[in-house]
Amino acid sequence: MEQPNLSYIKELSGGDASFEEKLINVVKNELPDEIVEYQNNIEIENYKLAAENVHKLKHKFGIVGLEKSYQVAIDYEAGLLEGNLDLKEEFEAILQLIHSFINEL
Amino acid sequence: MNCIIIDDETAARTIVSHLCSQVDSINVLEEFSNAIQAMKFLNKNTVDLIFLDIHMPDFTGFDFIETLKNPPKIVLTTSDKNFAIEAFEYDCIVDYLVKPITLPRFLKAVQKVENFSAPAPSISQESSPHKSSETSTEKEMYINIDRRLIKLEFAKIYLIEAKGDYILIKTDEKNFTVHSTLKKIEEKLPDSLFLKVHRSYIINIKKIIDIEDSSVLIARDVVPISRSNRPELMKRLNLL
Repeated sequence: MEQPNLSYIKELSGGDASFEEKLINVVKNELPDEIVEYQNNIEIENYKLAAENVHKLKHKFGIVGLEKSYQVAIDYEAGLLEGNLDLKEEFEAILQLIHSFINEL
Repeated sequence: MNCIIIDDETAARTIVSHLCSQVDSINVLEEFSNAIQAMKFLNKNTVDLIFLDIHMPDFTGFDFIETLKNPPKIVLTTSDKNFAIEAFEYDCIVDYLVKPITLPRFLKAVQKVENFSAPAPSISQESSPHKSSETSTEKEMYINIDRRLIKLEFAKIYLIEAKGDYILIKTDEKNFTVHSTLKKIEEKLPDSLFLKVHRSYIINIKKIIDIEDSSVLIARDVVPISRSNRPELMKRLNLL
């Protein structure tokens, strides 16, 4: 499985460590709430709202350098709009990976 | 250039704000997490440029633009490439940045903003060079199914639906699943008959049975209409 990394954040910061820290903290704070919101919407089977959550979450995939997983999120988002949960497990595994990665920073 | 940033995601605003700080000519006045707050701000203040997220809850970026009487230059920021074509329908939209945004791509957008004076190119001129014109004499297209080329008459197609890497083409007689994208087939379809009403649906407007606020009944299918596509659909109808 593709591994999260800091390449995008490092490139974006241009060596500005304070910005790197700021952005990581923003992601650290924002990600758990977005995950909970997504999980709640999945639980109540509101797949349209879950798709909106996935839409927002996929930006986080890009921020931690997950290019292939970004595509999984795109496909999952499209699937959810049709009530298709085929990619749910794969998506949630990536989500867990990102969550752990960010929390360890 | 005075600008504002509108995005419901904090990380996205943080990134755009940081990118703006790399350019001397850009001054970020405010950041907003929703379009309503930004509208209030714009009622009292003037800006030269808006970095605008398209996909926000309740009020999309396109809805927001529709509310502006004299919109400033706008650079869209989005995680969704599917809106690129629609974006070019607005003269005020200068560029379209797909997240995560990189510095080189951001600088290119700023360059475009600085050089921007003429209206953005229309879809028919540049974005879709192969699109069938209103005057096209083509009445059918061919699709490849199991190495057979099957003729489909445009008039018999009533709905095309995106299904991941495939599209489902529904006709009066039969349905076909083809490995393609809505964007590709949209280029082949005549404007006079077809309209994209949602990111996942293209309909034959001659086959509409009725329309409600946010959906259209076409044959036996109820299809959602996105708010941003609704004005174009209403324009195309012969309303009494």
